[in-house]
Amino acid sequence: MGLALAPGDELDTMLTPEAAAQMSAEDMAAKRAELGLDRPILVRYVIWLGKTVRGDLGYSTSEDAKITEVLKTYVGHTVILLVAALLLGIILGVSFGILAALKENTWIDYVVGSVPIFIAGVPGFILSLGFIYFVAVKLNALPSAGMHSLGDDSLLDLIKHMILPVTVLSLVLAAQLVRYTRASMLDVLSSEFIIAAKSKGISNRRVIFNHAFKAALVPIISVIGLHLPEIIAGAVITETVFQWEGMGMLAVRAAGGRDVPMVMGIVIVVAVAVVVTNLITDIAYTIADPRVRLG
Amino acid sequence: MNDEVVYKTNFQEALDRFKSYRLALVGLVVLSLIFLMAIFANFLAPQGPEYIDFAAVRQPPGNGHLFGTDDVGRDVWARVAFGARTSLIVGVGAVLVALTIGITVGLLSGFMGKWVDTVFMRITDAFMSVPALILIIIFIAIVGPSLLNVILVIALATWPTSARVVRGQVLTLREQEFITAARVIGVRTPKLLISHILPNLLGPLSVVATFGIAGAILTEAGLSFLGLGVRPPISSWGQMVNLAQQSQILIDEKWIYLPSGVMIVLTVLSVNFIGDGLRKAVDPKSVR
Repeated sequence: MGLALAPGDELDTMLTPEAAAQMSAEDMAAKRAELGLDRPILVRYVIWLGKTVRGDLGYSTSEDAKITEVLKTYVGHTVILLVAALLLGIILGVSFGILAALKENTWIDYVVGSVPIFIAGVPGFILSLGFIYFVAVKLNALPSAGMHSLGDDSLLDLIKHMILPVTVLSLVLAAQLVRYTRASMLDVLSSEFIIAAKSKGISNRRVIFNHAFKAALVPIISVIGLHLPEIIAGAVITETVFQWEGMGMLAVRAAGGRDVPMVMGIVIVVAVAVVVTNLITDIAYTIADPRVRLG
Repeated sequence: MNDEVVYKTNFQEALDRFKSYRLALVGLVVLSLIFLMAIFANFLAPQGPEYIDFAAVRQPPGNGHLFGTDDVGRDVWARVAFGARTSLIVGVGAVLVALTIGITVGLLSGFMGKWVDTVFMRITDAFMSVPALILIIIFIAIVGPSLLNVILVIALATWPTSARVVRGQVLTLREQEFITAARVIGVRTPKLLISHILPNLLGPLSVVATFGIAGAILTEAGLSFLGLGVRPPISSWGQMVNLAQQSQILIDEKWIYLPSGVMIVLTVLSVNFIGDGLRKAVDPKSVR
């Protein structure tokens, strides 16, 4: 994957401008030597790479803790959010896509087809604020921020807090999926083996779910794989709006505090996640389409 | 008497296809209005986006302030108008920089082949293995937020897309006969690339550029919303929507963030529609 990104020069960013102004040039040089920042960038990169491989990502200045420790607590929160959003997004996208394909050129098709275009133009944070305003404030139905209510650690409470961010994240995926599922289903429904299956007298429902849907699945899987990085990026904004203590919020806080090693740590986790999801997508292909062989 | 055969150039046919997509025309009109708003912001809001009216803080629309004032007494209308400037500068600027890098890399990669191609394509792979927004956040963490940095950082994270498109087109173009013909009559490689290959790329590149602008505007709004984008006092729509995170503003002072939110959605939708129209115009076979 070649993630050839050296950590940036965190020399001045560690010190506040006030602190930097009080230090003499010699003090600065000594501090730099102590941190190893006076060495050439390649040397620093190799040192950083060596440490990273051994699982030492360094120290986060903005969180004031070891980066690996910080990541351990935050990764889980993001994973819960993303997995839930992924499942909901796939369910919504695929079922509405199939519905639109079956009702081709009726008003249902037009409505289902045009909603995603508008969702694509609405940035995640506006969508999130809209949900907060209408569901959390106006209806007062769900909490709008955080992961738990104070003093309530139950699963039910966690789920209540998850509903809004998960819905926002899943809508972005669903909007893409609807279009491709519809196109893929229409393509398959007009193919000869479907006509053959229908003429054999197999019930409509079985034709759609056992025959057509299976064949339509391969392009759908590749679309899910393609959009996964987008969903991960979407989590950055969604987590910040809903104050969900995950990696996205952490990344924003670290970037705001110019904490480069922390952001690099997050990027490594994201890059690994992207590679793993690509692998899962490839495996899913072989299950959906027996003709595909990995090798 | 005899039916005249109307000959149309490729360009006219493309224009007809573009015109047949109504939403693209609507998008074009809306975007033109937003451009005018950005250009004439000084006339539309002479007091400027930074002027603070101490007598009218958090004032609802009316009474000399068309859209009211924000939490420190700045005119919301002025900030929306000048925010259009910020959005369009970032959108167009980032795309211009990204296209310059992308076209150069794509042309070299596609035309030279061999190790040049391998090196450049591995670099684009590296960039594309991490979601663009995450890359942008690292760059911002390194260089710090500012208007110029936002433009450069978005360009740096998005050029691989245009490089890929250019490379792919060049690979098919360079095998075609007019290129061989040009070579035979002695056209040198730089001229060949610029006067023979590049004009053929304008169609697909216009589509990439349009969607790039929409993406850059969305990214800028998102970054400014997160506090990692354009710094105050420069006004940005994303910043103004950010204020809605305070519940007092979200619930009781909607005029502060609603205009900016609407503007972001309108701009991004119209650019996207224009992009769809261009895609239809350039590639008649494309299906949505």
